[in-house]
Amino acid sequence: MLIKKILKSLNFVSQCKKYNLRLWQCPIFLFLLTGLIIIIAMISTYLIAIRYTQPELVALIVIAITIILLIINHFIIQSIETLAEANRMKSEFVGIVSHQLRTPLTGIKWTIDLMMCEKEKLDKHHIQELKEINENNERMIKLVNDLLDVSKIEQGKLIFDLEKIDIKELLQKITKEYVPMAKAKNIEINLKTKIDSLPLLIDKQGIEIVIRNLIDNAVKYIKNKGKVEICLIKKNKTVRCEIKDNGVGIPKDDHKNIFQKFFRSRNIMKHETVGTGLGLFIAKSIIKKSKGKIKFHSQENKGTTFWFEIPIK
Amino acid sequence: MKTILFIEDEPTIQKSISRFLEKEGYEVKSALDGEIGLETAKKIKPDLILLDLILPKKDGFEVLKELKKEEATKNIPVIALTNLEESDNIEKVLSLGATAYLIKANYKLEEIVEKIKQILNQ
Repeated sequence: MLIKKILKSLNFVSQCKKYNLRLWQCPIFLFLLTGLIIIIAMISTYLIAIRYTQPELVALIVIAITIILLIINHFIIQSIETLAEANRMKSEFVGIVSHQLRTPLTGIKWTIDLMMCEKEKLDKHHIQELKEINENNERMIKLVNDLLDVSKIEQGKLIFDLEKIDIKELLQKITKEYVPMAKAKNIEINLKTKIDSLPLLIDKQGIEIVIRNLIDNAVKYIKNKGKVEICLIKKNKTVRCEIKDNGVGIPKDDHKNIFQKFFRSRNIMKHETVGTGLGLFIAKSIIKKSKGKIKFHSQENKGTTFWFEIPIK
Repeated sequence: MKTILFIEDEPTIQKSISRFLEKEGYEVKSALDGEIGLETAKKIKPDLILLDLILPKKDGFEVLKELKKEEATKNIPVIALTNLEESDNIEKVLSLGATAYLIKANYKLEEIVEKIKQILNQ
């Protein structure tokens, strides 16, 4: 198992492809080459030393080898610098683009807000059309927010602000907000818990995002009518939150990819095309940062249960 | 009637916020860049300032610094209203003396007015 892992990490062909580098720029290839040269150097130095006993010869060989190694290392450093620069440019790009994208999106959002203030003057078709524009606009805003979150996660810059919050109250508040939307889809949503109140030191913003992402998914992937059950259970040193739905479920083949960035299961593309594929990636990163676990079990056409546990502090 | 100064260079955003605030009963003055914003603030001494961070001539951070230095303007509450996300910006703005930091795209106009009312009532 460990050997497999080591061999996998030395696969320079896949690294070159992944980062779009040429062979001589690829750090793994250069590292292996360095290793090979050192082995050849040691063997040949030994063989030469046996035959020719002049120490100057050996010294010369050692100097030559050292120079070759320094040159190779120079290439390694250069390629690492190229990768680091690309990374810096990417986060600069995301920052600029998100700000530039948010500006016109905000313009649209607020102009619609203004128009809706005077809805008595509009006819009902126009009001409906405005709502459609608004919904699509909110989708774009959410996508920009999700992309920013992902970029922050990848740079290790996710804000982690601990606050003492009663998690039961938080769940109650969020569940209440989802009731009208669930009702519109003929879905029953309720919170079940035996806990009275549980103040915890948690990252409130982050945990809220996790809960909302999981409930969003539960509601989204129930086809017609259905039930979403949210449970809060206190265990010994942790608290567990389960979100169970009886929706379309996740096919077994997709289980291993479910937390990957941009991953969307094949079967939901049939049912519902709206979604960024980022919600679970973001949720997992937040839970990991909170030193918790997040897992799920699911059966296609039967339903899915996602749960996360965070330590009680 | 309370006066609000809005320092923002994007025309659509300028127009929509000004109209909405006027409907809500506030007097709105707008400035299209940092320098004009500062001058206007010193002249009219508004009850609250809405400040964008990316501005021509003087950016939001500089404007905020100067507002808090000047005797005439240092006690006017400032809400940073921007679309910048980076946490260092948030920290910087709050440490320079802003009362709140709101990301425009995440708030409806009514929600912004709520925040303004909250701050003005304190």
